[in-house]
Amino acid sequence: MIEQAPQRERRDHDGWPLWEVFIRPRRGLAHVHAGSVHAPDAVMALRNARDVYTRRGEGVSIWVVPSRHIVASSPDEKDPFFDPAADKVYRHPTFYVLPKEVRQM
Amino acid sequence: MSETDAALLARFEATIAADERIEPRDWMPDAYRATLIRQIAQHAHSEIIGMQPEANWITRAPSLLRKAILLAKVQDEAGHGLYLYAAAETLGVDRAELFELLHTRKQKYSSIFNYPTLTWADVGAIGWLVDGAAITNQVPLCRCSYGPYARAMIRICKEESFHQRQGFDILYRLSHGTPAQHEMAQDAVNRWWWPTLMMFGPPDDQSPHTAQSMAWGIKRFTNDELRQKFIDMIVPQAEVLGLTLPDPQLRWNPERGHYDHGPIDWSEFYRVINGGGPCNEQRLRHRIEAYTEGAWVREAAAAYAAKHAGTAAA
Ligand SMILES: [Fe+2]
Ligand SMILES: [Fe+2]
Repeated sequence: MIEQAPQRERRDHDGWPLWEVFIRPRRGLAHVHAGSVHAPDAVMALRNARDVYTRRGEGVSIWVVPSRHIVASSPDEKDPFFDPAADKVYRHPTFYVLPKEVRQM
Repeated sequence: MSETDAALLARFEATIAADERIEPRDWMPDAYRATLIRQIAQHAHSEIIGMQPEANWITRAPSLLRKAILLAKVQDEAGHGLYLYAAAETLGVDRAELFELLHTRKQKYSSIFNYPTLTWADVGAIGWLVDGAAITNQVPLCRCSYGPYARAMIRICKEESFHQRQGFDILYRLSHGTPAQHEMAQDAVNRWWWPTLMMFGPPDDQSPHTAQSMAWGIKRFTNDELRQKFIDMIVPQAEVLGLTLPDPQLRWNPERGHYDHGPIDWSEFYRVINGGGPCNEQRLRHRIEAYTEGAWVREAAAAYAAKHAGTAAA
C-alpha cells in the first residue's frame, strides 16, 4: 500500500537527479507542490526552482526534496488504505440534526 | 484483454467521463501515454526552439526597456519548456531522452519557429500573433485530462498574456510612428499572418488524430475551431493597430457570426514542417551547439556535487 513513486527516480544523463519543488505563496500558507527540477545538488536545486517557478513573486519560501525520497500511497482512489475514513459519517458535523430552537452552532 | 485490464480501462474511461484528471501513477492505456508524451514533448521543444527567433533581437532592441522586456519574455519561454519537460517526465520518459529525440529530428517542434525575424517589428508580430495563437491553443489545455499537463498549462497561460500584450504594444507604437515604422509593422504582420494560422494544424478533415484526442479529453476543440476563435479575436485588434491582414477574403459573415477567411496554403505548412522552411537547419544546429557547448558546465556542477556529497543538505 505504501510504495515508492516508481517513475520519479530518474536522473538525466549528466547525473543530475530530479527534485520536487514546494512553494509557500505567502506567509500564513503551507508549501504546495509546484513541479520538479533537475539539479546536481540542493543549492542548485533551490536556485533552479527559484528561476523556474517564482519569476513573478509566486513564493516567499521554497522547499526542494530529492524525488527519490518521496514516499507515496498507492494512487488508487478505491484503495482500502483510505477505507477507515469512509464509514465514519459521525465525524462530520452534518451527521447531527439540531433542534430547530438552536439557531447556530 | 484480461479481466483486470478491462476493469482498469473501465476505471480510466469513467474518470475521463466524469471530467476528472488522470494522475501520473494511475493506470492508463499505452496509446494515451504515448500520445501525451509526443504532444507534451513537442510542445516543450517548441518553447525551447521558440526562444531563438526573438533572442535574435535582444542585443538590438531599440531601448534598454524593450531589451529588458524581451529578455524577460524569452526567459519565460525557457521556463515554459522546463514546466513541460517536467510534465512529460511524470509519464516515465527522461528529459535527456527527449532532447535526444529533438536533436535527431525524431520529434518535431512548431513549424512557426522556422521563419526568420528580419526586423524589430517581427518581435512585435511574434508576441501579438504567435503568442496570441499559442494562448488560443493553450487555454483549453488547462482542462486537459492529464493532471500534470493541465497544471503546467495553467502556469503558462498566466504568463502568456504579458507576451501578447508586449507584442501588441511594439506594433502599436510602430504603426502610429513614422511612415517607415508603420510600413515595417505592416510588413512583419504580412509575413507572419499565414504561418500563424498554420500553427493550429491541418484542417479537421485532414487531422486523423483529433477524434481520439478529443475522446480522451486531451483536446477540447478541433484545429479549425481554434483557428476560427483566433481569427475572430485578432481581426478587431488589427483594426485598433491600424494594420491590415494580408487576406482579401477576410470578412465578417453575419450568418455564421464569424469571420470568413481565404484558403491556407497547406503545401507550405508540410514543406516547412518537413524541413524545408527558411530556418530549420539553423534552429536545430544552434540548439545542438548550445547543448554541446554547455556540457562542461553540467559536468562541472555534477563533479562539484559529487565532491561535496555528504556535506551538503541532500
Ligand atoms: Fe510559451
Ligand atoms: Fe509566449
